[in-house]
Amino acid sequence: MDWFPLLNSLRIAGISTVIVFFAGIFAAFHIAKAPRLVKGVLDVFLTMPLVLPPTVVGYLLLRVLGPKRPVGAWALRTLGVKLTMTWWSAIFATVVVVFPLMYRTARGAFESFDETLAYSGQSLGLSNAYIFWRIRMPCCRQGILAGAVLAFARALGEYGATSMIAGYTPGRTATISTTVYQLWRTNDDALAFQWVMVNMAISFAVLLAVNMLEKKSAAPKEKEGR
Amino acid sequence: MSVFVDIKKKLGAFSLDIRFEAGGETLALLGASGCGKSMTLKCVAGIETPDSGRIVVDGVTLFDSERGVNLSPQERRVGLLFQNYALFPNMTVLQNIRAGAKREKDRAKRERAVRQVMDSFGLSELSGRYPRQLSGGQQQRTALARILVSAPRILLLDEPFSALDSHLRFRLEQEVRGVIRSFGKTALLVSHDRDEVYRMADAIAVISHGRVDVCGGRDAVFSAPRTRAGAALTGCKNISAVRRVGENRVYASEWEMALSVTGPAENARYVGIRMHDVRVGGTENVIRCRVTEVIENPFSVTVMLRPADRERAVPIGWETEKRIWNQLRADELDICLPVESLLLLEGGADAESS
Repeated sequence: MDWFPLLNSLRIAGISTVIVFFAGIFAAFHIAKAPRLVKGVLDVFLTMPLVLPPTVVGYLLLRVLGPKRPVGAWALRTLGVKLTMTWWSAIFATVVVVFPLMYRTARGAFESFDETLAYSGQSLGLSNAYIFWRIRMPCCRQGILAGAVLAFARALGEYGATSMIAGYTPGRTATISTTVYQLWRTNDDALAFQWVMVNMAISFAVLLAVNMLEKKSAAPKEKEGR
Repeated sequence: MSVFVDIKKKLGAFSLDIRFEAGGETLALLGASGCGKSMTLKCVAGIETPDSGRIVVDGVTLFDSERGVNLSPQERRVGLLFQNYALFPNMTVLQNIRAGAKREKDRAKRERAVRQVMDSFGLSELSGRYPRQLSGGQQQRTALARILVSAPRILLLDEPFSALDSHLRFRLEQEVRGVIRSFGKTALLVSHDRDEVYRMADAIAVISHGRVDVCGGRDAVFSAPRTRAGAALTGCKNISAVRRVGENRVYASEWEMALSVTGPAENARYVGIRMHDVRVGGTENVIRCRVTEVIENPFSVTVMLRPADRERAVPIGWETEKRIWNQLRADELDICLPVESLLLLEGGADAESS
């Protein structure tokens, strides 16, 4: 069995999770504090990819990144790289599709954060950076980690947008999900089944991790109830 | 050891226009919820920014819209105690208190200060515990220790006891009183509870609809509240609108009776009398009343009395000892509203807003 699709899926999901982790936290932190109107508009815009069919996301991405489209043409001209049909092209797709998951869970965590903790920290003379990294983030840790794990899991399984922007080239852009489809299409049922099992195992582990994180975050709150 | 606050802030339809001063004492901001007292405290702490005005603590200008001064909360050095204590849940008692000492750059000095304050608050044994593992009293002590180790210029207490059971509250009040006394500088206490305010504060500013209605020494404010809100917030339950009907004479429209009063009644828009100041029998301001309801309190009785033959009059409450009521047990009573106990009240901020 050629393990390239697994490796490729893992690196795509890994890199896009890292990107989405920081971008999602950044957006969540600032939008949680924004005025209601701004919040509403940005929220709709940033959550869109979650409800749009992945093929629509793929289409929109190709409209922007395709070699004859504005950004794609610019990249080809100045950097000499084609943004589509490489293994890392899939990262564009997964980042967009997965971003709402990270953003929404992080925002939920930030919104349930007790602002009086930040206020009292400021009054005690603690820097805003200290408050963010040493108080706000640890308090929201479980929610943020759960978001990251969910994002990773979703990125690992992304099919629609990925197949449109990165295609399926065995040994170059094949991921687990595109491989399963390809194997099924070519009637290689046994191998397709093996990949399905791999996928199931990963999903199982991920959901287990999310559940454990959620339990952990729920437990201390119950005890705090006064 | 002083605080001067003179700020204005608009919040939608609500506007805050607060001005008060205090020396090295405990000043209570007494008001109903939504009157702007917590917002005032937040402005002093720098969490909220007033539209205009000036805030000076111990000679240091924290905020001055004219001179463009607006210190960050970190630079203000105010000790802010929240109702929920705002202990950092991810840190132990020791780490929480260390976080409060961060302003001190010298490591050895900082550790010494932390150890000292933990000893004096009896927290040394609990240093490794997390806030959720502490009792309410221990949490409050940790929060106070954390504030004091940060060497604030002023203490700000935002409804510190209102979430507590009454027995616990009494004990914690005592502790906080001790802490304020040993702190020795100005403390601002925000509260809606007149008993708490009376026990804790030297001076009181009654706040109503975003304005300071009455401000003065504790006893002066309680004995002569001057405004309707001041009387109501210091616990006067019988208040009626009045109309002046002669020299030293007013007509109380809600009780449907004329009353003799002392002093000029020109500015009086209301008259009030505390429930325990009502008397039975007498010579002046006497009126025959029907008992409409008897409410038993743990150690007293409140008798609601409506002036007889005046079906639309608002009943007057009379609070008395159970023993006295048990001897009377009447359906009708002649009650007296003694001239010296009547509070003549201005409209205050209530009048402006309505």
